[in-house]
Amino acid sequence: MEFLHNFIFGVYPYIATTVFLLGSWIRFDHEQYTWKSDSSQLLSRRGMRFASNFFHYGILGLFLGHVIGLLTPHAVFLALGVSDMTHQWLAISAGTLFGGACLLGAIVLWLRRLTNPRVRAASRWMDINILGWLALTAAAGLITIPTSIHHASSGDASTMIRLAEWVQSILYLHPDPSLVLDVSPVYRFHMFLGMSVFLFFPFTRLVHIWSAPFGYLGRAYQIVRVRRTR
Amino acid sequence: MKVRAQFALIFNLDKCIGCHTCSVTCKNVWTNRKGVEYAWFNNVESKPGIGYPRQWENQEVWRGGWELADGRLQLKSGSKVSRLLNIFANPDMPEIDDYYEPFTFDYARLQNAPLSEAAPTARPISQITGEKMDKVRWGPNWEDDLAGEYDKRARDVNMKGLERRIYAQFENTFHMYLPRICNHCLNPACVAACPSGSLYKREEDGIVLVDQDRCRGWRQCISACPYKKVFYNWESGKAEKCIGCYPRVESGMPTVCSESCVGRIRYNGIMLYDADRIGQLASTRDEQDIYDAHRSIFLDPNDPEVIEAALRDGVPESWIEAARRSPIWKMAMDWQIAFPMHPEFRTLPMVWYVPPLSPVQSAIDQGKLPTEPDGTLPQAGAMRLPLRYLASLLTAGKEEPILAALNKLMAMRSYQRSLHVDGTADLRALERVGLSEQQATDMYQLLAIANYEDRFVIPTGHAEMSLEDFHGFQGQSGFSFGNDSSPGISANSLFPERRKETIESLESAPSADER
Repeated sequence: MEFLHNFIFGVYPYIATTVFLLGSWIRFDHEQYTWKSDSSQLLSRRGMRFASNFFHYGILGLFLGHVIGLLTPHAVFLALGVSDMTHQWLAISAGTLFGGACLLGAIVLWLRRLTNPRVRAASRWMDINILGWLALTAAAGLITIPTSIHHASSGDASTMIRLAEWVQSILYLHPDPSLVLDVSPVYRFHMFLGMSVFLFFPFTRLVHIWSAPFGYLGRAYQIVRVRRTR
Repeated sequence: MKVRAQFALIFNLDKCIGCHTCSVTCKNVWTNRKGVEYAWFNNVESKPGIGYPRQWENQEVWRGGWELADGRLQLKSGSKVSRLLNIFANPDMPEIDDYYEPFTFDYARLQNAPLSEAAPTARPISQITGEKMDKVRWGPNWEDDLAGEYDKRARDVNMKGLERRIYAQFENTFHMYLPRICNHCLNPACVAACPSGSLYKREEDGIVLVDQDRCRGWRQCISACPYKKVFYNWESGKAEKCIGCYPRVESGMPTVCSESCVGRIRYNGIMLYDADRIGQLASTRDEQDIYDAHRSIFLDPNDPEVIEAALRDGVPESWIEAARRSPIWKMAMDWQIAFPMHPEFRTLPMVWYVPPLSPVQSAIDQGKLPTEPDGTLPQAGAMRLPLRYLASLLTAGKEEPILAALNKLMAMRSYQRSLHVDGTADLRALERVGLSEQQATDMYQLLAIANYEDRFVIPTGHAEMSLEDFHGFQGQSGFSFGNDSSPGISANSLFPERRKETIESLESAPSADER
């Protein structure tokens, strides 16, 4: 059991990250034609504005929240005057808000993908799979909320701090699975699902995230491709 | 002045017989594939009608094209920021039913069906789901030859300002065909809307293309194109559009739709224009002045200054020569009988149209129509197609240029009629519209005779100017480095890149004029 724990929280993150980075790079390099958001809006726009926006804004909020909450060193939070309790309540409320939005959107989109005959016909196995996986991950994340509320209301920030320390231990290449050994299984389940998203990432439509078109904001409207030699 | 060459087309609507040969040949060549069954790079609409996709001209619905926001050009669908914020579900995106659900028929059933009293039927099958369809409710050309209810067709936005009821009466019905392809605009809204920068205009001939490897399927171009001529391939998840048949055009051949046109209504040619003035002219304040503004962007290929600037800007000599013989220049500039469709969209489209005449012989015979001086041909303004309708379609509602063009076309006919029927030249009609005999003869030659070499003046592409390593390119056709679609040329490649194949001397040659 301890071997499995050490594997999932000591080795698996590196496997997932490696596959995530290398897989994305190779796919971008060699299969750019498959690099796309793969929208199905043309086939059915019903509910898309509601569900897709809830899902996307929800998941973006979750991503940013996780990055800021988990990767910022503890000392920085304290220096900024964010106490552990403030941090924890902030995480709980933002997580509930964005997690709820994301899950709601994901469920509607998933049902649409399964039940709308046109969308279903155009879906590949992995399209259905990854959307379900994201919904499951979001749901598992939401399940941790009561536990977190319990911690917060009894003034206990230790779990939150240990989770952040574990993520940072992975980042600094000092993986320390023991940090999350005693953490409630609800968190660990969510973490496993979340890490797996990175593992699946290069093989799904999620690659379009890499291509988030921020460059568009600074670009001139028109593009003319000029002859290569002058 | 920045001189660029543009591959442009003119469709002479007066001669379009609505046979759809253009659509079918185009379909067979370019969109006979999964995911684009519903897409017609070329289609022919019956007007008045709401068209394909439904109501495409109504920008209150689709918010395509450009508008002026405080005098500055902005996409009608909103600012860059607001469009990115809406990227997860494009609010202006058409649905497949706005085009039509692509279908085929269960032909095998005709042979497989067990013996029965009644003849077996081939039922329609959806090309998306493969399921049987109870009824085909809409198609790419549902309104063909004024099919369907008048009330629905009359929702055509060009009917605005016309008394719809009057034209509902059988005696007043009017009809014209409108063949449409991508306009390869000078100020394309699709290119401007693409967040990933995959759509682009080619510098050498102005053809607008989608880089299939770079397209990420954000589908902003689909709604931004006011002509709805960018399509979403639901199988590949990429945008696709008319490619101006560039592989043919590069070899000096006309586009497939133009080549196969039975009525010889299509003209392909080169226009030189000043790329520095695109923004200024597209933001002309009054919509009705955009047609004139658009004409003023073109550069006279006989002007020595233009020629010098064109050569400086890398337009090959052969292209300048082609621009001098351009049928487009003759019709759009010399004779002013061709117009861009919906200039008010501000994209400066480069497929122009000669408006159709619609004489009614029986009405003339009964003396009900005012005629030209020859007493036989009706006056242009008195014909069946309301001028206002044509003006809404072609000049943002300005009737004078359309009337002048129709008068010229009538005068040319009147003159030719006098030659061929009476045997003597009757110049009265020509004089009234200010055409010389030579001009009328040239117009007749280009419009009525329409010889192949007059319709299509297409210089071959200069691959040696557009390819970095054209000797290396030679002989590799059908075998690219990497997979089919991608040559493996991303900036930071993981794997070996294709290297330049041509061996060149490392020592640079001395300049010729050095002493």
